[in-house]
Amino acid sequence: QVQLVVPMTVVFGPGSVPGDLPKPLPFRDVQEMEISVNLRTSVKSRYEMRYRSTTGQEEAALAAATAREADAALHQLQDTTLGSLIMYVVPETSSLLPQGINVYVGKHRSALVRAGGSLAALQARLREVAQVMSFTASSIAAALSDRVPDGQLGPDARRNLKSSLGYEITFSLLNPDPKSHTVDWDIEGAVNRYVKPVLDKLSLVANFSVDSQILYYAVLGVTPRYDKESSSFLLSAHSLPHVINPVEARLGSSAASLYPVLNFLLYVPERSHSPLYIQDKDGAPVGTNAFHSPRWGGIMIYNVETPASPQASLPLHVDVDMPRVMEVFLAQLRLLFGLSREEVPPEFLLESPGNEGLADWELDHLLWAHTVENIATVSTTLTSLAQLLDKIGNIVIKDDVASEVYRAVASVQSAVTKLSLGHLHAAFQASKEAVTSSERAFFDPSLLHLLYFPDDQKFAIYIPLFLPMAVPILLSLAKIVRETRLRKKEPTKMD
Amino acid sequence: GRMAAALLLLRLLLAAGPGPGRADAGRERRDALREELLLSPLPTGDVAATFQFRTRWDADLQRGAVSHYRLFPKALGRLVAALGVRELHLALTQGFWRTRYWGQPPLQAPAGAELWVWFQPTVTDVDKAWKELSNILSGIFCASLNFIDSTNTVIPTASFKPLGLANGTDHHLLRYAVLPREVVCTENLTPWKKLLPCGSKAGLAVLLKAERLFHSSYHSQAVHIRPICRDASCLAVSWELRQTLTVVFDFFSSGQGKKDWSLFKMFSRTLTDTCPLASQSKVYVDISPKNKEKELLEVSPPPTSVHEAVVQGDKKTYAVYDLLSPSLFNTSRSLNVQLKWKRPQDSSEMPIPTLHAQRYVGGYGLQTGQICTLIYNTHPYRAFPVILLETVPWYLRLYVHTLTIITKGKENKPSYIHYQPAQDRRRPHLLEMLIQLPANSVTKITIQFERALLKWTEYPPDPNHGFYVGSSVLSALVPSVTAMKDVDVEQSPLFTSLFPSSDGSSYFVRLYTEPLLVNLPTPDFSMPYNVICLTCTVVAVCYGSFYNLLTRTFHVEEPSRGGLAKRLANVIRKFRGVPPL
Repeated sequence: QVQLVVPMTVVFGPGSVPGDLPKPLPFRDVQEMEISVNLRTSVKSRYEMRYRSTTGQEEAALAAATAREADAALHQLQDTTLGSLIMYVVPETSSLLPQGINVYVGKHRSALVRAGGSLAALQARLREVAQVMSFTASSIAAALSDRVPDGQLGPDARRNLKSSLGYEITFSLLNPDPKSHTVDWDIEGAVNRYVKPVLDKLSLVANFSVDSQILYYAVLGVTPRYDKESSSFLLSAHSLPHVINPVEARLGSSAASLYPVLNFLLYVPERSHSPLYIQDKDGAPVGTNAFHSPRWGGIMIYNVETPASPQASLPLHVDVDMPRVMEVFLAQLRLLFGLSREEVPPEFLLESPGNEGLADWELDHLLWAHTVENIATVSTTLTSLAQLLDKIGNIVIKDDVASEVYRAVASVQSAVTKLSLGHLHAAFQASKEAVTSSERAFFDPSLLHLLYFPDDQKFAIYIPLFLPMAVPILLSLAKIVRETRLRKKEPTKMD
Repeated sequence: GRMAAALLLLRLLLAAGPGPGRADAGRERRDALREELLLSPLPTGDVAATFQFRTRWDADLQRGAVSHYRLFPKALGRLVAALGVRELHLALTQGFWRTRYWGQPPLQAPAGAELWVWFQPTVTDVDKAWKELSNILSGIFCASLNFIDSTNTVIPTASFKPLGLANGTDHHLLRYAVLPREVVCTENLTPWKKLLPCGSKAGLAVLLKAERLFHSSYHSQAVHIRPICRDASCLAVSWELRQTLTVVFDFFSSGQGKKDWSLFKMFSRTLTDTCPLASQSKVYVDISPKNKEKELLEVSPPPTSVHEAVVQGDKKTYAVYDLLSPSLFNTSRSLNVQLKWKRPQDSSEMPIPTLHAQRYVGGYGLQTGQICTLIYNTHPYRAFPVILLETVPWYLRLYVHTLTIITKGKENKPSYIHYQPAQDRRRPHLLEMLIQLPANSVTKITIQFERALLKWTEYPPDPNHGFYVGSSVLSALVPSVTAMKDVDVEQSPLFTSLFPSSDGSSYFVRLYTEPLLVNLPTPDFSMPYNVICLTCTVVAVCYGSFYNLLTRTFHVEEPSRGGLAKRLANVIRKFRGVPPL
């Protein structure tokens, strides 16, 4: 059983210590929680909490005017490793947190929590914060979505990208009508400005490569409906699934690498079909005019403003407003990595990650999920390999395959141990190695199922031998039976 | 004199570089697409249509982690960047270009699939990169290039030189392979068309209708990627992608026996608009007068201009239709170029190309054989050297001591020979020779071989069809009959700029001979099963009788009533009053 241990430090600011503490500060406490995935699999989460009071420096930092300043000042004092959390408890009347907000989650691995009277109330609140900042039952279930029985998962659970050693991100500008529009986009600048910082942060999780292309005459597979009232064209939500397939044929496969590809498509509709809007299920236009496809990527429709004078010469020159587009694509990227900020209770205030696009604790969130998923993947891979070996008895396991299997098992065991010690980063690295080794063993060409001759076919070839040989044997067996029966009858006859 | 000429040829091949690039006249775009179509009526009455789509990108593909593609296809760009490719030439061909009857083609390719690649000097494991590259290309073009392995890959030393910018010609960075058995069809054309910026939606590519292209006697599509100079000063590198497609329409099957052609007759489409991304879009028609007679061929509608150039040693006149000129589509909505002969052509006056070759398998029986190559030099007074590259699979065991080269009844000693013997199941034979061809001569090269016995799993499906031996490659600087001007290569139509033109007196030609089909001793493949059946039956019958013999119990049986004779005797005894037996 996998145990996820989150080291947590709870720091009581002056005047926030609840009255009903069981022991004098500092002391340690453990809270456990069981996340069950299916009947056989469950993950145990364990929060190892260390309660203490503030140091002088922290006290000074907490005296800042706003929560953001306090967070920045506190970050200087922290020595946090990946996966660990620090909660600062501030008095109930503190003006650090705005009215109605009880929890402030900073850019790093710390949060400010308003004291809530008794210790039990505080602990409930702390648990909530810890789950937001590390993992929730649903994020673990999404990571193990292959094992969760169908129907128990929410619609969003299969949206997250599978854990992989690397990802390729491709931005494609689709211009189906180059006769009317010459579209230019400063993708190079936009990538450097908006995508690079996020990916630099995510480089701990996986390797990323980014490229872009412009595709001409690439059309959506659906003809949009004309709406007279708004004199615009509409794509309804139920037709969106049919949009991607014809486009995908043009996107080109990532021949040079084996990593999954994330596609972000910017579609400039044809002149005869613009403006084009996406409708949601209720028929209202979607504000961003974009949609995403789980584990695949996102598509945004970028309408070109029709020129004031109809006599304007074609082609129309269009410069894409990159900040607007990248805002949508980055939001979709976060969504595809399972970093949506929607499921947070209203009393929480999350600091915007700023230029980096990703807070430290969000990175932890990703690492927790990916580590669990990697461990599950390795166990699935090794199990199916074992099943294959059981099925074909005479399969040859080469030494290098065997050593890969041993390495995978050792790595996955070390990943589980590291998780139960609370060493998230080491656990993630070990799980990554385990995935690499197990995949290499599983996809070794010498283990191809078809290389081995099934036994029933061998038997079929030797039928011309077995059948004529079986006839006299069977006949003589029948004779023996007859004779023994006769011999048994004979004594009774004598009597 | 021969040696000097040979050295000159080698040096010229080594120095093969591209011409000066076209300076970008202050344009913002860093990439450009030029498309061209050349229609050339062939002496036999067939017509050859050659498309060329040239994408030029003023960026260094090899550098930079983030790559942003516009006109250059991303799939190929990624490949070049990831695998350290310096130059890539892939040709997929169905049919055989009959040089003797059709004349020199704009671009030659052997039947089947041909791939040759120069890698960057930074690539440490060239064989691994080559293997990976052929697998990826196989995926991109849906061709069986994944069958390229060490048994059909060679490293030619002299025949293939970089056609683009190169600062070294260490031939260990070169790999060359031909798959003569490859069948080219629609599934190869579709991905090829997908690489074009306009797809097959606009411009000249509209004509590329698979149904017509493969209803032809020759179809060859190719992809050439090479680095070229960005401008005349050559301080920066640009990358060039040429996608070419040559198709020969048969005048009996496509032209209904008439030599009058039109775009619609060939492609069952006409040109209606241009690709808005192309900076040049032209149709050329070869209207060169033959034998000094004027204007044999009439084209309609009237061309935008007439262009004269010296291509492959011949003065050519082209009627040019510039699709980007606004006047062209003003008069009519579509362009359907028509070619009409003014008077019947005399087919006996077919011009014979200066260099052409022929190859066949000789000998009888299934043990030994002979490969014969005939190389013709029809130039009236000039001799020139030619490099012959012969790649023979290992299962034909060549005997090099039987190699004979005979010209005009005398032995012709090659001035350079590079021979790499085959290793069974590892690598093929490679024979490269530099041979001097005297003026107006036929050179016969023969070499004997022995057919090897393969293991039964090594035979391909339908082994009685025979085994293909790839075309041999002839590379030569052919002296031209007409003096050539030093033209601006970027401005001249089509292919003059892919191969270097050295000086005014000669031009570069690469020729491919016919692929060979050789029968190997082929076992009866149902034999093992028959043998198993027969042996099993025999064993079973023997076993059955032996088993019967061993398990049968013999015991004496008292006759209860006796036979007929005994009964008869008893009846007689009864009569006689004697007790019965």
